[in-house]
Amino acid sequence: MLLIENIKLAFEGLFANKVRALLTMLGIIIGIGSVLAIVTVGNSMSASVTSDMSSFGVSNINVRVTQRNSDRHMPSSSLNENDYITDEMLESFLNMHGEKVESVSVSKSGGPGTAREGRKYANVNIIGVNDGYGAVNNVAVQNGRFLRTDDIKSRRYVAVVSDRLTENIFSKDVDPLGKEVRIDDGLGIQTYLIVGVYKYEEGPFAAFRMFMGPRSEETTDLYIPVSTQQLNSSSVSGYQSFTVMANSDTDSIAFSETVKDFFNAYYKNNARCEVSANAMETSMETVNSMMGTMQLAIAVIAGISLLVGGIGVMNIMLVSVMERTREIGTRKALGARNAAIRMQFIVEAVIICGVGGVIGVVLGFAGGYAGSLALGFPGLPSAGTVVLAVLFSMAIGVFFGYYPANKAAKLDPIEALRYE
Amino acid sequence: MKTIIDMHSIIKSFYIGLPNELEILHEIDLQVYEGEFISIVGQSGSGKSTLMNIIGALDRPTSGSYVLDGEDISELTDNELSDIRNIKIGFVFQTFNLIPRSSALRNIELPMLYNGLGMTERTSRAKELLKMVDMEDRMTHKPSELSGGQKQRVAIARAMANNPAIILADEPTGALDSKTGELVMDIFADLNKNHGKTVVLITHNTKLAARTDRILTLSDGRFERIES
Ligand SMILES: Nc1ncnc2c1ncn2[C@@H]1O[C@H](COP(=O)(O)OP(=O)(O)O)[C@@H](O)[C@H]1O
Ligand SMILES: [Mg+2]
Repeated sequence: MLLIENIKLAFEGLFANKVRALLTMLGIIIGIGSVLAIVTVGNSMSASVTSDMSSFGVSNINVRVTQRNSDRHMPSSSLNENDYITDEMLESFLNMHGEKVESVSVSKSGGPGTAREGRKYANVNIIGVNDGYGAVNNVAVQNGRFLRTDDIKSRRYVAVVSDRLTENIFSKDVDPLGKEVRIDDGLGIQTYLIVGVYKYEEGPFAAFRMFMGPRSEETTDLYIPVSTQQLNSSSVSGYQSFTVMANSDTDSIAFSETVKDFFNAYYKNNARCEVSANAMETSMETVNSMMGTMQLAIAVIAGISLLVGGIGVMNIMLVSVMERTREIGTRKALGARNAAIRMQFIVEAVIICGVGGVIGVVLGFAGGYAGSLALGFPGLPSAGTVVLAVLFSMAIGVFFGYYPANKAAKLDPIEALRYE
Repeated sequence: MKTIIDMHSIIKSFYIGLPNELEILHEIDLQVYEGEFISIVGQSGSGKSTLMNIIGALDRPTSGSYVLDGEDISELTDNELSDIRNIKIGFVFQTFNLIPRSSALRNIELPMLYNGLGMTERTSRAKELLKMVDMEDRMTHKPSELSGGQKQRVAIARAMANNPAIILADEPTGALDSKTGELVMDIFADLNKNHGKTVVLITHNTKLAARTDRILTLSDGRFERIES
């Protein structure tokens, strides 16, 4: 009975002084809102990283020529011809360990360029790749095929392009397969035959495209045989890095050691460089634990914000008790027991924190959704999390409201009535 | 006749820092009969309010015995005193002391709320009481929307909420003009005559005091003489 009345009273007080109530709640709102948003974005980030990694394949091993005694990747400009991994090395690797390998992917950036058909053009990123690239990097070919071994061997002028590109430079009723495009890589223009079209996956920040110009300006990857690319560029042959995709029966972490040892045998006499091989699985574990640490750190910060919010509520409740000293005296004269006064103020603190919690949940919902949308994995906090957040903020109300409420309950009625 | 307020040798002193102890009430004896309407007069600072607070179970005497409606209240706990204030006593203050954020109706409901009455019961009783003080058309008004006399009428209705045996009014007309004071006094007279309430009134106004059954004059913490 009294409880319902106290809840009504608390809401009346809240609406009677909206600005003050809002300022009081701010700490709680920020605390709860950020916890919720961070949990949501964190979950989405995990999902996004996990999916990114598994789309690259957890069984992938990245092999790279690195500087000796250094953690940093060396810039390719500091490598000379003798430092690169050669096609011969790859061939003998496959001869020796081929049964453990699903495919090997090599790629070389040909830099930005444009693809032209008639007067239309599209921006592209030219990448020279081998036949294994498609499988290792999950290139989703919709139409036609990916590059094949014979395309590489025969140094054909063929290309696999994105559906975005074909939409931009061909009219709808034209089948782009077998069509020719002229590709300008800045050094010269070559004509390529389109053999495959893959589905373009938007990047994680696609939601913000409105800030990045129209769709037609978008740059998509264009794949050509790495051997063909070499014909038209001054770059040396060989690779600084490539990816080995272990087959499903192979333990990629253990196999990465074998891979590393195999290639390092070629670098025994190279004083500057060595080869490192990292299994994706290892990186994934690292990323997961890093993300856990990050979430913990942010949770601690949010916790501090809730603590500060709670202290703010306590402060305002103390002010409120003082302001209403006469009212408290009156209530006592009318027969309110100490417990009734205590309850009135605790309920008030709980309502303030609870309403703050609800506002925080709404903002956290919005923030979490926007953040996770930006990461490409839109998600919402679970109902359990929401309920927990509101209950937790109410618990803050009880905790930080108790001291002021008890102070009110223990006021001497006569002194309270005489209070000016 | 039944004695409803029965005080013997009531002493009240305040510690104002050791070793000073300030005795405000000196061995007060007071008997008030059920259904009586008495007034207490006296100079400011003579101890009227201090005595009233003890009568109303808001304060405890330093020594002496006090039997209220047959119950010795000197040994009661805080909660028991709260309940006595709630059920047996109705306070009316000089400064009205209405809850500013609550409507007239809600103010009147307050003592019933602390008495555990249900909402429908509370509301109908509060409306009845508003009618009694001629304020039924001001039910939803906040105290800030009422005049002094209207506020005091609401406060009197609130004092009557749990149908207490005793109404205690500490200078209830002190903040009102004399005409409004007379009207408020009419209500107390009505409560006494027609509702059987024992009324104890503190006032400075001798004209109002003259309307009561008995006038007690307090002077420096002692009753001067008892007129009947
Ligand atoms: N809590 C207190 N501490 C010290 N002195 C007090 C306290 N309450 C009242 N007094 C003193 O007691 C005397 C009587 O006060 P009060 O009963 O309010 O007088 P009245 O109502 O007759 O004007 C005054 O001198 C006042 O200063
Ligand atoms: Mg006084």
